[in-house]
Amino acid sequence: MLMERQNTERRAAPTPPDDDKRWKIVNVTMRRNGYSGHALIETLHKVQDCFGYLEDRSLRYVAMSLGLPLSKVYGVATFYHLFTLKPQGKHTCVICTGTACYIKGSRELSTAIEDRYSVKPGQTTKGNELSVLSARCIGSCGLAPTVVLDGKVLGQLTAAELIDEIEEVV
Amino acid sequence: MNLEDLSDITEEVAEAAKSRRHCVRVCMAASCQSCGSGEVLEGLQAQAKQNADDDVCIKPVGCMGLCSAGPLVSVDSDQPATELLYQDVTADDTEELYRSLDDDPLERLRCRTDVPFFSRQQKIVLRNSGIIDPEQIDDYIAAGGYRSLMRAVTEMTREDVLREVKESGLRGRGGGGYPAGLKWATVAMAPEPHKYVICNADEGDPGAFMDRAVLESDPHRVLEGMALAGYAVGAEHAYIYIRAEYPLAVERLKTAIKQATKKGLLGRRICETAHSFEVEVRLGAGAFVCGEETALMASIEGQRGQPRPRPPYPAEEGLWKCPTLINNVETLANIPAIVGKGGAWFKSIGTERSTGTKVFALAGRIANSGLIEVPMGIPLGEIVNEIGGGIPDGRRFKAVQTGGPSGGCLPEQYLDMPVEYDTLRSAGSIMGSGGMIVMDETSSMVDVARYFMEFCMDESCGKCVPCRAGTVQLYGLLDKIADGEATPSDLELLEELCDVVQATSLCGLGQTAPNPVLSTLRYFRHEYEEKLRPESERMPRMQIVTLDD
Amino acid sequence: MTHPPVASNPGPKVRVVTLKIDDHDVGARETDSILEIAHANGIRIPALCYLDGLSTWGACRLCMVEIEGVSKPVSACSTTASEGMKITTNSERLKRYRRMILELLFAERNHVCSVCVSNGHCELQDLAAECGMDHVRVPYRNATYNIDSSHDLFRVDHNRCVVCTRCVRVCDEIEGAHTWDVMGRGVNCQVITDLNQPWGDSQSCTSCGKCVQVCPTGALVKKGTAAGEMEKHDDFVPYLAQMRKRQ
Repeated sequence: MLMERQNTERRAAPTPPDDDKRWKIVNVTMRRNGYSGHALIETLHKVQDCFGYLEDRSLRYVAMSLGLPLSKVYGVATFYHLFTLKPQGKHTCVICTGTACYIKGSRELSTAIEDRYSVKPGQTTKGNELSVLSARCIGSCGLAPTVVLDGKVLGQLTAAELIDEIEEVV
Repeated sequence: MNLEDLSDITEEVAEAAKSRRHCVRVCMAASCQSCGSGEVLEGLQAQAKQNADDDVCIKPVGCMGLCSAGPLVSVDSDQPATELLYQDVTADDTEELYRSLDDDPLERLRCRTDVPFFSRQQKIVLRNSGIIDPEQIDDYIAAGGYRSLMRAVTEMTREDVLREVKESGLRGRGGGGYPAGLKWATVAMAPEPHKYVICNADEGDPGAFMDRAVLESDPHRVLEGMALAGYAVGAEHAYIYIRAEYPLAVERLKTAIKQATKKGLLGRRICETAHSFEVEVRLGAGAFVCGEETALMASIEGQRGQPRPRPPYPAEEGLWKCPTLINNVETLANIPAIVGKGGAWFKSIGTERSTGTKVFALAGRIANSGLIEVPMGIPLGEIVNEIGGGIPDGRRFKAVQTGGPSGGCLPEQYLDMPVEYDTLRSAGSIMGSGGMIVMDETSSMVDVARYFMEFCMDESCGKCVPCRAGTVQLYGLLDKIADGEATPSDLELLEELCDVVQATSLCGLGQTAPNPVLSTLRYFRHEYEEKLRPESERMPRMQIVTLDD
Repeated sequence: MTHPPVASNPGPKVRVVTLKIDDHDVGARETDSILEIAHANGIRIPALCYLDGLSTWGACRLCMVEIEGVSKPVSACSTTASEGMKITTNSERLKRYRRMILELLFAERNHVCSVCVSNGHCELQDLAAECGMDHVRVPYRNATYNIDSSHDLFRVDHNRCVVCTRCVRVCDEIEGAHTWDVMGRGVNCQVITDLNQPWGDSQSCTSCGKCVQVCPTGALVKKGTAAGEMEKHDDFVPYLAQMRKRQ
């Protein structure tokens, strides 16, 4: 690991894809971890926090900065479900598919959304208005079935109530 | 920081508490927060300010357990069994609630606490949960915290600590049930100079939220447990691998690490001794398989979270090939009490082969969903019908699912069974991490099996063939059965595939993926058979591989 | 926080053990895997992801063997020998498992042997014949996969890929380019070059062709080969691995 760090120091620091200030935040994360390859996941989290998703040029920059092969960075970015390589819609609706929510009817919720907006979990409506995602248990099992609409947890919902809630924001 | 400093803090906090007229605690764990406990807290604080009452303390605390009745507010009680508890409190109620503090209790919102849900519990891990402010280290210290660590590093040898853990009979609470003492001893004996402690907080089972509640309500307990582990096995570095889906727990954990480091309870030369212990938080990124220990280590190393064959076990060759102790949150949260009160005390709780208590997350078709901690060996039925309050809407109990996607569904005849690692296993399920999902007569068991198989299929890392390709086929077969399109030969194939996936998969995810199918087949086979068509109605299909040139 | 130390290999003395594989008494170093020992003694254990000279991956699960006293079968490639081990490589149960694993592989992607350039020289096909897998009982998934012909010399046909990762390992461990890796997870896993871009656009690929030679099926092939013409040679791998170690 020590050797790895020395190698990184010898390498010329790559230039960020553009002069967006947010790259500085990403750089801080990488520097704090000594530009070591094992900081990859932490760094990808930071890039996604800053830019909303991971585009090819971001992945390329991270790979070069951490001295990692491109294919490895792509492999890691696509392994973890929280990372997304596509921009998200203006609004997001996360449907919890944990067991308690399942038992209490989370399937009906996703069907209702699909009927109304023609999108399945993992997809975004045309015009980038609404992204529908699914989560493996958000841990609010007492409120099942739950969805997280633009960061707000809504519990004990019927399909009709959910559509009303979405209509209000979209 | 030394023992005297801890006592000083304790006294200060006690002194402050004495001078208070009232202390109102508002649950600020994730579940109550999502029903609006934040507004309740603000409302009550505004009331105190408005009335210029500086002797009324409005305190944000962790989980009080009865999540289905949240937001919960308790008044003037620093014991786990609180007397005055309010449920379903909204921001609109705060004025009335505040006025009632010096008056009779507000009966309209009162939650009964003389019921089994509260009285049957025995709390070790959740001892401070819902009582202390998780963001104040002084609260934890005043509740007796960090005494065990302080005593261990100043008065006890590593062997002493190890002996207490072995003596306690504590078994891993993450699912496997491997004796913690044995694991610790293996790492402690390893000759390598660099070792690691990892706290597995990647609580992935759907329907399980025990670890999250512990981390949100009492993060210092886990840190103290980790530091004790580090001392006992000779590790100076540690990681907590936690799901990114738990932002509140992550935040509280980071706050706690900062506070403890500032006080010299973590970091370099802890408690004024030569022993160092540094803790770093690592975030998961949405992969259930990272709960498997070798996959978790790969993820900490910045790799794809794919398991590798064991042996070598992490205790011999773990993170960066160094001996590594991996324990789950609840396991480590038990350690301060074990070291503080002794292994023999812990062993006196629970049963002979499953000692201590277990935290369960109750959810599904049950009246009281939430978090409970009960002694091991308690009958399953007592949890479901008494503590859980039975099935709502006058429906009938059908099954209880334990152990998440690796576990099984237990029918009515097992309600008398004591809940222990070995009894659950022999009944075809597992203890797992502690999720308990109750199902009533409206749940179709084929659907439940399909649900879990879909989960395993989505979460399979894709490395080994039986899990990657087998779970897809199992899901397809279950889907076909659920849709009434399958014939008896499909059921035979389903069973054969279950056997192959179970026996040949690389890691625990694949090896246990068939469990929900096998347990529902064992107890509810008729539900499968009812959905089958006769063989003569089999859908024709073409699928022949030619091996000739 | 300090970072992990460089792993030091003191090179301990290796003990020699004796064990029994299918009634043959064999001697071996205790650091050897059961698979290596079996092959060295002329006992065949089917395997797909294992390749002499590359790191052990342990993913195809075809090399599962039974050890007396151990309830579950273990993978021979990742289990090392110990004194007095009694190993069965070919019980009825193991044969059944292997057949089913092969069926799962055949049904997973589109292995149409008759039109494949590797027909007759394919390890998957040979394994099916060896293990007596003559038909597939599970339904074919019939998912369509891409074929990438953008490279000047080689072609990748994901329809034939079994995700054994031999290409990934040889490229990383022997060639040192790490052009290949795996993206996605579960059944959506797929080998990729660089940022999942066309192979021909890859900046890291050296066009050495090692990945093609170690690929057990017709997934990685030389361009311009007709059905049945693609023969592969992977015997250079152990030699190169040894040369790498000497550096």
